Amino acid sequence: MSAANTAHSVVEPSTGTRRFAGLLVILYAIITMVPLVWIVLTSFKSPDDAISYPPKVFFKPSLEGYCNVFTTRSRQTREFIRTLGPPQGLCDKIARSRNMVVAGPSNYVPRFINSLIIAFGSTVLAVALGTLSAYGFSRFRVPLKDDLLFFILSTRMMPPIAVAIPIYLMYRTVGLSDTRLGMILLYTSVNVSLAVWLLKGFIDEIPREYEEAAMIDGYTRFQAFVKVVLPQATTGIAATAIFCLIFAWNEYAFAVLLTSGNAQTAPPFIPIIIGEGGQDWPAVAAGTTIFLVPIVVFTVLLRKHLLRGITFGAVRK
Amino acid sequence: MNDLSTSSQITYRAVPIRSGVIRRIRGLSDRTLAWIFITPTIVLLLAINIFPLVWTIYLSFTNYRANRPNAPTIWLGTDWYQSILTDPDIWAAMQVTAHFVVWTVLIETVLGFGLAFLIDKKFRGHGLWTTIILLPMMLSPAVVGNFWTFLYQPQIGLFNYVVAFFTGRDASSFQMLGDVTLSPWAIVIVDAWMWTPYVMLICLAGLRSIPDYIYEAAEVDRASNWRQFWSITLPMALPFIMLAVLFRGIENFKMFDMVNLLTGGGPGSTTEVASITLKRAAFESWRTGYSSAFAIILFVTVFGLANIYVKALNRVKSR
Repeated sequence: MSAANTAHSVVEPSTGTRRFAGLLVILYAIITMVPLVWIVLTSFKSPDDAISYPPKVFFKPSLEGYCNVFTTRSRQTREFIRTLGPPQGLCDKIARSRNMVVAGPSNYVPRFINSLIIAFGSTVLAVALGTLSAYGFSRFRVPLKDDLLFFILSTRMMPPIAVAIPIYLMYRTVGLSDTRLGMILLYTSVNVSLAVWLLKGFIDEIPREYEEAAMIDGYTRFQAFVKVVLPQATTGIAATAIFCLIFAWNEYAFAVLLTSGNAQTAPPFIPIIIGEGGQDWPAVAAGTTIFLVPIVVFTVLLRKHLLRGITFGAVRK
Repeated sequence: MNDLSTSSQITYRAVPIRSGVIRRIRGLSDRTLAWIFITPTIVLLLAINIFPLVWTIYLSFTNYRANRPNAPTIWLGTDWYQSILTDPDIWAAMQVTAHFVVWTVLIETVLGFGLAFLIDKKFRGHGLWTTIILLPMMLSPAVVGNFWTFLYQPQIGLFNYVVAFFTGRDASSFQMLGDVTLSPWAIVIVDAWMWTPYVMLICLAGLRSIPDYIYEAAEVDRASNWRQFWSITLPMALPFIMLAVLFRGIENFKMFDMVNLLTGGGPGSTTEVASITLKRAAFESWRTGYSSAFAIILFVTVFGLANIYVKALNRVKSR
């Protein structure tokens, strides 16, 4: 709204229009939220409640899904369970009610840690490389600048599966397949194009005069970059970092093809959580819920920069 | 800073003119610094993107199989390309892909623009609801595909239950993921659920970029709301809509995660998009040469279509 507009401007929608528009949007938002709410609810259901018909909205909450995601269990005879001492904590108690005992931790925790390490590692690298290049493209005369920038962007157009074939062969040759380092390098290379484009947009918005003033005061170009530009670009760098994090966190195609155990991340792992007799839906839902929490937090944090991120900086508001 | 206009030109050329300043800038020259700043990124992309791409091109002319690395490699020339371009299965996959791209982009654009148009009316609390609507597009497509599989379960799934509730059919009488006619739509629904907010966000930016005075002028000229929409709103938001279509088109052409988890290309090959065909050829039957050729064809296709589209986009923008 420009300042020239009073509250009674001719182009202001009437209260009735607003209410009606709001109603439709809220209706869509609620429909959109149903699957998400459902998955969170399912994570607190017992396996029987999760597959009941009709689907239950009200149920007795249980932590079995969360237990099953974090532990492996082994089936035992009742006689054997009686000979054991008191249950070791809540999950053991739940397991014993089903004639099982907790055998050990599941693979979910290592997979989750892999996701964290690979996401953060690739983000730090991509943002570091991206900031330097973005500054270079923004402030210096680089030969073939536009071609280079377009080349950097075009690396994002490759279908991941197409890239995965030679990467798979290359990693197999140099011993990087199923390693965290290999995944970090790969995700860095995918993210760096986004980082360069986004950060170039942010740095373009910082007036050059700041650096010039600093350089006239005797700073070198590099000092001016570190002490003047970087502090100014903090918000942009943070937003870019979150975008890179989210990509690496969510990535599935490369992860499913290039990792099998050692470096496997959560997205390929969650769908293969199997209980007895098919998928253990509460456990899958619990694994999913834990995995989605950081994304929800980040989305709320990123609200203002979302548009930039999804359009590679093409639309800035 | 006594002369801003020249000095800003100067940094653009990155050659300070005042000799006094030159002497005072110690350390690295700008040219060296530019090299040091840009080279690492380019090297990484060369190593992890371009080198593999060149390797793919090489492999696409050979009979190499990744599961038999020690077998002698024979140069085949363009045999794979010829066999792919005449292979009915490949054309079927391309058709499936095209269907998905057209339907998902169409639905997402109509829904997304509609939502953006409503949100632009700035009702109370629109910021909060917008954020809620945006959530699905931030999630992992793989995880989304996985929990929609649960919603689509014929006997226990919420989706089937809701459809049954409103249509009076039996909830276990239809299988969204196992039925030849329904499974493509099952994927379109999930994709629309996930990516409509994306189109909405870009369209919203487009609507907010239209200055109020144009509408005020239209009001003065007594233009009807309908006329205003067709003559002002839509044409001015068009570049943004096209940008959204471009991004969604490219992304959905590469669609893999969700399809792989929802249907894996099945039943039969009704939802076998190009990426799934490629995965089967490359990582299941290990026809590396063949799949490399297909990968190159896909890449050229995406790249070519995107380029044509960008030209059209620029023409719309320059109008």
